[in-house]
Amino acid sequence: MHGLINRSIQSFLRDTYGGALWDSVAADTGIGSQGFEALMSYDDALTDTLIDAAALRLCKPRDALLEDVGIYLVAREPLRRLLRFGGVDYADFLQSLDELPDRVRLAVPELEMPDLSLTAAGTGRFRLTCRGGHPGFAAVFTGILRAMADDYGALVLIEAGGGDGDAETVGIELLEARFASGRQFDLARPVPR
Amino acid sequence: MMDGGTHSDSATVGEGGLGRLMPMHLWIAPSGHIRGAGPTLRKLCSETALLGARFLEVFAVHKPRPVQSMEDLSRLVGQRLHLSLRGSPRTALRGLAVPLEGGQGMLINLSFGIAVADAVREHALTNADFAPTDLTVELLYLTEVKAAVMEELAALNRRLRAAQQAAEKRALTDVLTGLANRRALELALAREIRGVERGAPGFALVQLDLDHFKSVNDTLGHAAGDRVLVRVAEVLRNATRGHDTIARIGGDEFVLILPGPVDDAMVRRIARRIIEGLEQPILYDGRPCRVSASVGAALSASYERPDPDRMLSDADAALYQSKHRGRARYTIHSTAPLPSAQGKTGGTDEG
Repeated sequence: MHGLINRSIQSFLRDTYGGALWDSVAADTGIGSQGFEALMSYDDALTDTLIDAAALRLCKPRDALLEDVGIYLVAREPLRRLLRFGGVDYADFLQSLDELPDRVRLAVPELEMPDLSLTAAGTGRFRLTCRGGHPGFAAVFTGILRAMADDYGALVLIEAGGGDGDAETVGIELLEARFASGRQFDLARPVPR
Repeated sequence: MMDGGTHSDSATVGEGGLGRLMPMHLWIAPSGHIRGAGPTLRKLCSETALLGARFLEVFAVHKPRPVQSMEDLSRLVGQRLHLSLRGSPRTALRGLAVPLEGGQGMLINLSFGIAVADAVREHALTNADFAPTDLTVELLYLTEVKAAVMEELAALNRRLRAAQQAAEKRALTDVLTGLANRRALELALAREIRGVERGAPGFALVQLDLDHFKSVNDTLGHAAGDRVLVRVAEVLRNATRGHDTIARIGGDEFVLILPGPVDDAMVRRIARRIIEGLEQPILYDGRPCRVSASVGAALSASYERPDPDRMLSDADAALYQSKHRGRARYTIHSTAPLPSAQGKTGGTDEG
């Protein structure tokens, strides 16, 4: 698994639950408390070990933990911005998800993501299928889709749809595209101070 | 508009459709007045009433060559134009002009150049200001991604550099006392000798061996011995100057390098100060540990060409003379007297 993913989980645990929790998870798993380097690659099994150890420490189901990781990621301004580049409103953003793995590859060629495809499932209803990735991506996307709905100010119902072979799905029901005002997004990043 | 009329292969598109296809287009009448403009371009020129204004009063064409008249412009049809807004912030643009059929003037499509991010910021453009087929937004996305990845790389480099410096420091440090180790001593000695070869004023090499250390270890244990060694390091630091090198090169063996103008008197003074300092009892677990030191020194000034191994072995020989003479002594080795050796005739200088 790419270091960016492991490092994201590490930052999530440290920022949300504190350094002491991260230190115990790091000790449980034999990862040094320095943790992961974002630009290096690690064995896939290590990521699962990390997630399981954190879920055990926090007494949380694995999927709930991963959904929180997704919400945490959107709360990081650089990542939120990169996701907002996807579309002018939530519906447009949903349609851009198919392109997301390609966008990610443009940024970090070594970062492997599942294939994403969005299909319509009735009026205002969609299904996002994550295929061929490591199990757990759909749970992360459940969190990302929820947080992005808030970001766009859309009223949305998101439901993890379970797995089927190497595919996992997320159900999305778009109730109101402009429910609230949402957060500001300027195409050009403010000039760094 | 753009109704070619007579030609059956002409397509006709309305103003609104043209604006969506090319949000930065301009329709210029043969007179040089702007008859139509795309929505993004109108946003760019909010201060200027674009419609009805003369094209060349709002825009400056710089390349392939400056344009003064509509006639000049018509000769640049089909070529890549470099333009800018005449008004502040003088946004740079590139464009392409094509003639319209039926004497309707010409159509120019514009876009931002490489400084697109600045233009987007200055004009507060949004995703909706670009045609869905335009890759400008992807360019902005990539610019941001690149900056984020570069920042990550720079942070990684900083961490690696810090780790490398820490490892280098560890490799040159004696863990117990924090003094230099043998490797660091060798480097410092080589540096001083190179200095002498380049005309530096020389240096003294001082070897020091603890007296009675073995009995402290034997009677009070190794923890007491360690306590003594740490105290010795303090005494040596207090007795020397900031730029002197203090190294622990074995169990109870220490070496000092004292650079700069240095003479026998100064070495004697420092040796006395060290021996006095070390003879103060060191308390361990409330019990006094008593040690002293024997000192031997060699001065680079007493050699024609100082050699590190030779100086170390001479200082060591001087040290053993001190031990021989009853410990708690210092001895300065001197050979082949040089004029600067103040009339000494070889042998040793003892105290």
